[in-house]
Amino acid sequence: MPKTLAEKVYDAHVVRSTPGEPDLLYIDLHLVHEVTSPQAFDGLRAAGRTVRRPDLTMATEDHNVPTLDILAPIADPVSRAQVEALRRNAAEFGIRLAPMGDRDQGIVHVIGPQLGLTQPGMTIVCGDSHTSTHGAFGALAFGIGTSEVEHVLATQTLPQYRPKQMAVTVEGELAPGVSAKDVILAVIAQIGTNGAAGHVIEYRGSAIEALSMEARMTICNMSIEAGARAGLIAPDRTTFEFLRGRPHAPQGADWDAAVEYWSTLRTDEGATFDTEVVLDASTLTPFVTWGTNPGQGLPISERVPDPADMADEGERRAAEQALAYMGLTPGTPLTEIEVDTVFLGSCTNGRIEDLRVAAEMLRGKKIDPGTRMLVVPGSVGVKDQAEAEGLDRVFVEAGAEWRGAGCSMCLGMNPDQLKPGERSASTSNRNFQGRQGKGGRTHLVSPSVAAATALTGRLTAPADLIGA
Amino acid sequence: MDAFTTHTGTVAPLRRSAVDTDQIIPAEYLKRITRTGFEDGLFVAWRTNEPDFVLNKPEFADASILVAGPDFGTGSSREHAVWALMDGGFRVVISSRFADIFKNNSTKAGLLTVVLPQAEVEALWAAAEADPTTQVTVDLVTKQITYGATTVPFEADDYTRWRLLEGLDDVGLTERHLADVEAYEAERPAWLPKALPSLPA
Ligand code: SF4
Repeated sequence: MPKTLAEKVYDAHVVRSTPGEPDLLYIDLHLVHEVTSPQAFDGLRAAGRTVRRPDLTMATEDHNVPTLDILAPIADPVSRAQVEALRRNAAEFGIRLAPMGDRDQGIVHVIGPQLGLTQPGMTIVCGDSHTSTHGAFGALAFGIGTSEVEHVLATQTLPQYRPKQMAVTVEGELAPGVSAKDVILAVIAQIGTNGAAGHVIEYRGSAIEALSMEARMTICNMSIEAGARAGLIAPDRTTFEFLRGRPHAPQGADWDAAVEYWSTLRTDEGATFDTEVVLDASTLTPFVTWGTNPGQGLPISERVPDPADMADEGERRAAEQALAYMGLTPGTPLTEIEVDTVFLGSCTNGRIEDLRVAAEMLRGKKIDPGTRMLVVPGSVGVKDQAEAEGLDRVFVEAGAEWRGAGCSMCLGMNPDQLKPGERSASTSNRNFQGRQGKGGRTHLVSPSVAAATALTGRLTAPADLIGA
Repeated sequence: MDAFTTHTGTVAPLRRSAVDTDQIIPAEYLKRITRTGFEDGLFVAWRTNEPDFVLNKPEFADASILVAGPDFGTGSSREHAVWALMDGGFRVVISSRFADIFKNNSTKAGLLTVVLPQAEVEALWAAAEADPTTQVTVDLVTKQITYGATTVPFEADDYTRWRLLEGLDDVGLTERHLADVEAYEAERPAWLPKALPSLPA
């Protein structure tokens, strides 16, 4: 029977299948960070269990880490305790850890691909919903809760129910200045924040095939913002070239065997999807969110919507609450919204290509004097690469702040936070109330919109800047 | 995990859709390394800033059944959201649709999530608002919710229901199948990546 890509990867990992029970899936790689793991390690200790496969487990510090003075002890005692708990647990259970200051440290979803640990056809889990990022390589990668983290640590498996299949097909060519971020924001606006519940999304079509690995990761990253369990893209030459020569990628004869297998990882002709969504890439423009969930987004040329125009009562109420929180008036052109802060970073858009795009736009220019711009590379590897290319100097000369690697203002568990009422244009993935700091207001944007916005101090499309 | 068989309590009507996990418990409350004590973060922004938020009303303060709009629990995978609800006294959450990871996490921790059609959610909201002392029984054995003269059936998959009724721990269940795991491992290709030893980038 013809199978989808996701079904192939799923089936290849079924350890045990019994009618009336969830399948038991083998997990090829378990990524761990400090926030969702301490209670899982405690559970192991309480039951006298060990980590079954420390060699398939990798930990890093990312959510709590300060992006300034990274070699000093963390000032916040609670953040410090959480990071120290991870260090103790990693040492006790024999797990590799990339701590602050380590060359491999960074956001968990940035370092997996960077090290070549993320490969096609694998099952990858992490106690973090944006694990879907790794699906860009044709892996089945999904976020889990702390009880499941404990389960994977103890058994290297996870009970799972077979997901439903959704295809998101994007055909055609993206216009200049329109990026992967705009594609995925448009997808979420179309299907809603939980519209893909129960599904794995496969992104396909000529526009997806044309994307770089970084851009594919941006798209898969936000699958969870549409409620999907995972998102993936069939591996191809772009994928193989990205992986070739990375530290943990196979080499020599192993490489050939791997590529042969990876090349079989595509959806068969005639395989069926439960749900299909089609987008025309040529019609897409830069997208921004106006509300407090990632589905509340519009092309940047539009105006703040009027809840009174919304037919559905739930949607109307949600829009009213969102606009009240965001301090926005219906009918205001989105490009008139002034921001205090621009955040370039996160596991959505904190990779080298994202920094290059933004730096190109800022080169030789100055950002708006009333706007603060924070540039936070996704990992130490990305930071080193950017510095080798001189991007740090471009940012600093433009008036932006160049920081150390971590999650930073994506969720503000470290000191990088919005103040109440402050407004950001952010390349991260969530505009939930208070996500970037208590009372903070977030507009999700692409790296190029972020750079354009930093230059003008208000939400700005890259194309308008060129015309200006 | 504590077993769940049946629960009777009052309802907090949360008339909001797409309640995300950052609202259930914001990131700054996730720094604790224990599994309990998260009640201070539960809906803290709404409790602090909105005087008429449902849980600020004394008549709903002791509710143990949360009835929310569609798409409850979207966003982060933080199981802390489930722990915070339980620490805050909730045993059941009812909605017409849940985010997958939240639903999964709740079954692991012993919080029952019940999916009802939106019309039944509205009926529960109306009943609780008309009389906040309305006693609602959620019975996982018979898969029924009853209040006043109303009885509403709900679906629960047999396996999850059995685990909850027995209070079984997943790790223990999987360990019964260790031989299958070992057999699978013996067949894995040798070129699959290992995180150890660490290799220079
Ligand atoms: S960058 Fe943001 S979304 Fe990504 S892992 Fe860190 S906190 Fe989560």
